[in-house]
Amino acid sequence: MSDAPAAGPRHHSLDNTPVRVVSARLNLPTRLKNLFSRRELLVGLISSDIRIKYKNSALGLFWSMLSPAFTLAVYFLVFAEFLKNGIPNFVIYLFSGLVVWNMFQNSINAATGVIVDRAGLVKKVSFPREILALSNVGAAAIYFVIQLGILVVFVAALGHAPAWRFIVILPISFASLYLLTSALAVVLSAVNVYLRDMKHLMEVLLQLWFWMTPVVYSYENSIAPHLHAHGLNALYFLNPVTLIVLTMQRVFYVSTVVHSTVTGALLNILPTWSFGMFLYLNLLLFVLTILLFLIAETIFGRLEGNFESEL
Amino acid sequence: MTTVIDVQGVSKQFKIHHERNQSLKERLLHPRTGTTEVFHALKNINFTVGQGEALGIVGHNGSGKSTLLKTICGVLKPTAGEIRLRGSLAALLELGAGFQTELSGRDNVYLYGSMLGFSRKMVDGIFDDIVAFSEIEHFIDTQVKFYSSGMYVRLAFAVAVNVDPDILVVDEVLAVGDERFQAKCVDRIQNFKDEGRTILLVTHNADQVRALCDRAIVLDSGDMIADGPTQESLRIFREHLMEDAIEHDSARLQETINIDSVSTPSGSFEIKSGAALHLDVTVSSQTAYSGNFVMELFTRGGLLVSRSDAQGSPVNLLPGHNVISIDLAQIPLLDGVYDLNVGIVDHRGHTVIAWSEQAASIQVTYDGREGGIVELGASIRQQ
Repeated sequence: MSDAPAAGPRHHSLDNTPVRVVSARLNLPTRLKNLFSRRELLVGLISSDIRIKYKNSALGLFWSMLSPAFTLAVYFLVFAEFLKNGIPNFVIYLFSGLVVWNMFQNSINAATGVIVDRAGLVKKVSFPREILALSNVGAAAIYFVIQLGILVVFVAALGHAPAWRFIVILPISFASLYLLTSALAVVLSAVNVYLRDMKHLMEVLLQLWFWMTPVVYSYENSIAPHLHAHGLNALYFLNPVTLIVLTMQRVFYVSTVVHSTVTGALLNILPTWSFGMFLYLNLLLFVLTILLFLIAETIFGRLEGNFESEL
Repeated sequence: MTTVIDVQGVSKQFKIHHERNQSLKERLLHPRTGTTEVFHALKNINFTVGQGEALGIVGHNGSGKSTLLKTICGVLKPTAGEIRLRGSLAALLELGAGFQTELSGRDNVYLYGSMLGFSRKMVDGIFDDIVAFSEIEHFIDTQVKFYSSGMYVRLAFAVAVNVDPDILVVDEVLAVGDERFQAKCVDRIQNFKDEGRTILLVTHNADQVRALCDRAIVLDSGDMIADGPTQESLRIFREHLMEDAIEHDSARLQETINIDSVSTPSGSFEIKSGAALHLDVTVSSQTAYSGNFVMELFTRGGLLVSRSDAQGSPVNLLPGHNVISIDLAQIPLLDGVYDLNVGIVDHRGHTVIAWSEQAASIQVTYDGREGGIVELGASIRQQ
């Protein structure tokens, strides 16, 4: 160190500072470590994302509730009033499913195009690129928490008691939802760099996906009998969002079998699984989504090396 | 010395698409149309930088110097090889790229800080310094979209140099703001150097490298062709530029004109400060050529003292030996050794025809009271 100038405040040697490596392919643990070390940037991006979104609007953050509320009202009118599906307290059933779906859809829609939209940043500043997609998921999660709060207040106001015992499963469900959404967001944001159609394709696919998820209709009531006849029940559960939606509905809507408000006949609304079954399935999904996220990180790592020649 | 940057066998290839088809339909219908060419921007670059070193990276446009810098910063991923870094790094490239124009200057300082990898707490501690340095106190809570372009880069520069990085990477951005602010920036970088931080400077301005760096590497179309003390590397860079010029000049003038020697009538290059100096430059030429003559004088520290040319009157070279005289009426320099570069360029000053780096070293002795490099003959008295 004798030949390094010693003037100024910086005498400390960097001998013991950890080494950062820039190379073509970082292994997965290094990628995750880098990602974790930049969590402050993630928080910064989420907060700027939310602030910018409603910066110049008069109603501000209120929009993040107004728009889902409107969707809720429309579906309620159409299915309960016009189509007379006969499900009592349908608005609670609908609300619990929509909260989950909104989080999923908003994240994917925003994140798919994010790397292309922020090309200027990606080509000029160094940070783990998947943070951009994750910040979209993070922002959607904030809205999710707000909507969840409203749901709780709403359910309480109606004097409708939730299934207390099942509530402990919810954190696992939410973690799965967050990981699943993050995994998809990370992969799609990278794929969209190479295939710009992805953004538009996802908008269409998400519509289809929505109707494949029991949000506005009941799985047990409308689809299960048909699938059961062909032994295809499991097929429906390949859609991981389904289990999360069902768990939410089980917690907030509670009843698995109800009397139709139209005909008075018995309706199977939710699967009659025991607590143990719900817990088991949710834990299974949780493990699966962790794996999905790790796979997504690996895919992203493979794809990001060539971003600059495509952007 | 601790190694802070270790570049090991780094190569970078870009795919250049000649027919871009990024839509799904195009890819499905015409999977084979369009050609992809691989461009080698960096070829197996190896070097290390120790703590406290100031390294210049020079090369002409397209030589890969910016690619190398971006790779070191982690903006680009190398195709092969790896770079190991120790300590925090702040990059002055593409200033303000991370700014969100909808947010206020204050919010952007924090966001940009976290993009550079510095914690919120750390930015809190130096926030006032940043604002003071950028000189936009009144507008710090204004949305950045209302900033002038000067305010924009000033704020970005202020964040990057105030966050206390161990390594500072500078990419030809010293043209920020007005002249006064530029001087402030150069000052700041000089301070960084004095504090023993590591500096990486990319430029094609040889003067800046001379002024700031002790060591320089030279890149040419992706190859590293020199790595050594600044003077030595710059000499190779100049010679290389000339070789390039030869390749492009159909007349191949450069091969036929050479600067042979520089001499003084007495044969000695030692003079007293204030004395006159006469220099004879011998140029051998195989053809007749009319061009401009350039001389530069540098301090050993790499500071350009003076650059002058034949001022519009061309030198007319004839086949054979030509002698060009330089008369310096008086040399007001103080003690020291000064290096002389001489060369012949074309009329427009675009092409170097012949160049001799460090053609002579002039030793000046001075016994007056002034300090620095030039004698102003100041007389100071009280009125």
